[in-house]
Amino acid sequence: MFEIPDDRKYLESHEWTTTEGDAVKIGISDFAQDELGDVVFVELPAEGDELAAGEEFGVVESIKAVSDLYAPISGTVTAVNEELFDAPELLNDDPYGDGWMLAVEPADTSEFDDLLSPEEYREQTE
Amino acid sequence: MGLRKPPLYDVHADAGATFTEFGGWDMPVEYDSIKAEHAAVRESVGIFDVSHMSEIEVSGPDATALMQRLTTNDVTALEPGDSQYSAIVNDEGVIVDDTVVYRLPDRDERVYLFVPNAGHDEEMYDRWTSFRDDWDLDATVEDVTEDWAMFAVQGPDALDSVTDAAPDAALGDLSKFQATFADVAGVECWVARTGYTGEDGFELLCPWADAETVWAALEATPCGLGSRDTLRLEMGYLLSGQDFDPETEPRTPYEAGIGFVVDLDTEFVGRDALERRREAGVEETFVGFALLDRGVPRHGYDIANSDGEVIGVVTSGTMSPTLSEPIGLGYVPVEYADDETEVSVLVRGREKRAVIVTPPFIN
Repeated sequence: MFEIPDDRKYLESHEWTTTEGDAVKIGISDFAQDELGDVVFVELPAEGDELAAGEEFGVVESIKAVSDLYAPISGTVTAVNEELFDAPELLNDDPYGDGWMLAVEPADTSEFDDLLSPEEYREQTE
Repeated sequence: MGLRKPPLYDVHADAGATFTEFGGWDMPVEYDSIKAEHAAVRESVGIFDVSHMSEIEVSGPDATALMQRLTTNDVTALEPGDSQYSAIVNDEGVIVDDTVVYRLPDRDERVYLFVPNAGHDEEMYDRWTSFRDDWDLDATVEDVTEDWAMFAVQGPDALDSVTDAAPDAALGDLSKFQATFADVAGVECWVARTGYTGEDGFELLCPWADAETVWAALEATPCGLGSRDTLRLEMGYLLSGQDFDPETEPRTPYEAGIGFVVDLDTEFVGRDALERRREAGVEETFVGFALLDRGVPRHGYDIANSDGEVIGVVTSGTMSPTLSEPIGLGYVPVEYADDETEVSVLVRGREKRAVIVTPPFIN
């Protein structure tokens, strides 16, 4: 029912990661955006900030709900999708594409092993 | 006890609605998108199932006397087919509920129907019957909440929508707050030119068993209670249990900005307290504000002055779908209530600049 691409890994709290070259991109899943409804606000860290796996790194708000964002992995933020500040609805429209949130240089690639596979995440959302 | 369900619960579920609890009822909060439903009401027409609203009917020789003593407005001003916004206050003048009082066409005597908020039917029935007995009045009070389904058709095209469904009734002749019985798809409905969105529109009461027939006859975008909240918030309309509440947010009508529904020339429970409050003047008052920084104000956030001192609290807040700007409502001391006064809102503990704006937020 919800799109769960096979080319990424997931957190139970509905964030995804995918590797693109040296960087790891982070966003929220199709299931998460659907649960939230119309997204109206996103708060993200700045370039150069450090993320710690499992820790809060930002906030996404829809008209009806506020939701904290959790870092799937530790690392340094190398890029922020600033388009989301003016067009937070990108998270609803294209959560795996134009709605990406951060690019991160990972601190410890072994942390990927702790994330959910697409199959495991699919089971969680069923 | 489980949640109460509106008669069209399955119809809403089949249409893809998600549900949430409102006043003890399981009600549709959105079908697909709150923003799209909000826009439908501002730009064309939307329909809400508001069958969770309570309905109490009061009839009998002393019906007027009972209504007059338990609501703050002057019910004797109502002709058959008229309605009025009113408040119900306790002995201290604190709002217990707000309501619309309809005067139905006379049968043997004056008959009133009033609409308390969701989940307040039992409390209001008890209040009305116990005061009736204490005062020895001859009036019949009936809780008809589950006799009537209630729909709100709202938006610039609302008249077309209800006229198409009720071609024999001259509903365009109704002025605001007037109502009439009308045949809608063969069902006799009480149709009032009232609403809670700031748009032209109608609220229809129809027999519970005929809800599906009437709902199907009204062509409009189905809207959930999520957009009803954003629409009323843009107008600065009060939400019971949030912008006032006898327990958590005890406010008089003067503080809540609805002093216009208090007629001190009538005798009602709480009148003397309200007269004293009016003479003393209010210390805090209900205001609107717009956030200048990025963020979304929410119920319960603190409002601070320019020195960072907490002066009030946000009672309602949202990202306005019409303006795409964060707006909110709340109470502040009167010295901060003038338009353009700079304040701040503590959004998850972080100070965000805001400015006082007298609602409505939209034209």
